[in-house]
Amino acid sequence: MLSSQKSEMYPIAYNTWHVISATDDLVPGKVEQTYLLGEPLQFVIDDTGKPTVWRVGPQAEPKNARAYVNTQLRYGYIWCVLGEPTKGIFEIPEYSEPDRRIMNALSVGINTSPPRAVENFLDMAHFPFVHDGILGEEPHTEVVEYQVDYNEEAGEIWATDCKFYQPKAAMASTEGVMADYIYRVPHPFCAVLYKSSPEDLERMDVISVFVTPLDEEHIKAHLAICILDTTTEFDKDIRLFQQTILGQDKPILENQMPRKLPLDVRAETPIRADKSSIIYRRYLRDIGLRFGTIPEAT
Amino acid sequence: MIELYDFELSGNCYKLRLLMTILGIEYTPKMIDFFPGNEHQTDEFLEINPLGQLPVLCDGEVTLRDAQAILTYLATKYDESGQWYPVTDPARLGLVNQWLAFADMITSTASAARLHDGLFYHWIDINKARAGAHRLFQVLDEHLWHAEQDGELWILPGNNPTLADLACFPYTMLASEGGVPLTDYPAIRRWTDRFKRVPGFIPMPGIFPAGTA
Repeated sequence: MLSSQKSEMYPIAYNTWHVISATDDLVPGKVEQTYLLGEPLQFVIDDTGKPTVWRVGPQAEPKNARAYVNTQLRYGYIWCVLGEPTKGIFEIPEYSEPDRRIMNALSVGINTSPPRAVENFLDMAHFPFVHDGILGEEPHTEVVEYQVDYNEEAGEIWATDCKFYQPKAAMASTEGVMADYIYRVPHPFCAVLYKSSPEDLERMDVISVFVTPLDEEHIKAHLAICILDTTTEFDKDIRLFQQTILGQDKPILENQMPRKLPLDVRAETPIRADKSSIIYRRYLRDIGLRFGTIPEAT
Repeated sequence: MIELYDFELSGNCYKLRLLMTILGIEYTPKMIDFFPGNEHQTDEFLEINPLGQLPVLCDGEVTLRDAQAILTYLATKYDESGQWYPVTDPARLGLVNQWLAFADMITSTASAARLHDGLFYHWIDINKARAGAHRLFQVLDEHLWHAEQDGELWILPGNNPTLADLACFPYTMLASEGGVPLTDYPAIRRWTDRFKRVPGFIPMPGIFPAGTA
């Protein structure tokens, strides 16, 4: 399919900023390759950290010049938009607080659709089963009633009053706690989690998942960390903790069939604990997102 | 104290954690940020293993690389029952070694496919890796099916699993992460379920414990 046809078919995904890579892991001058919405891209950062991204392959026109892609840096990641952006990248104000530890914990390929990954991130019910001993523990399996609102004007979902018993909520945790969660979906393929900080009761850790939509059924999931942690000596230990968690989610996601997320309300049966997922699917229907989804039956 | 240079998402590191836990061997993990940190390619690590590969195990004066080699060392030294690596029974020992080589072939195919899909090893020929893994799994599935017909539960005949089972288990279980599903290998799936019930079994990200049934 030609790029122009795809942009007509998937206008929302084409006109939205997406993460393609963390900058942490890049070597200046070394050209890397990836895909975005099924289109092959190459990119490089220079010595100052400035990224350049261009299309490759038959879709790159004209042949002799690089077809540059609109690019910006934010939160330690390279963001790109293939079409005409309808709005800017969403704000996460905590990234400007000087005492935060900011890093990319992991970028991992997962054979699933972008919205399946976001939906999994919003789900608390799987904690005691998939992240046993870390984010949950039997018999503490109940998901207590929480609030979910879709703010149409802002184009964001907020799930509040979420509470879950966690044996080891963060690397800096020393004991099990009732962790408070707030989830936010400011972008069809990104979700932001605010979680009570083990070090400061007044403030929250921010952990985001930014999904690169490689194509409709393949993603790169980036786990963006912006937390308060003065006790864990090495960034590496924070990264390894988060890698364990994402490593546990990966096979679950890869076994969800179909890989694309069905938007028809009758396709998969939710329960009360899945409220955020119901709202997330409704939001995708409302904004008309098609990439990585199975539309409603007409 | 034994030290293991370890990465949690590595199936070859997991093999060693699994054997040491089953045998009750205490060890200290030295976590290496293999991905995305690339710590195994640093000068400091290359001095320990010039191949830049995990795992590496240090036990006093002994420093070893290569998961299969380390398994044989640990079992010979610490498994008093001699069941995991039967050094006094030449025929059985030969068979275990044969399957340890097979486990290495699973690493170079199924694990390579997993690295391609999960950690962006673009230079791996993904079709070749997946086809190679399927060829091995056909052989393993057929072998296990015949073993079951003879009333056997493990790769080698006898009442207990050996290093043959333990070494082949991790990257077989993780194969679906590289686009190699085990759907067509029912005997393999029954065998992995049995192996998860070996006393002392521990999971890793991507490998879940057996149900309580």
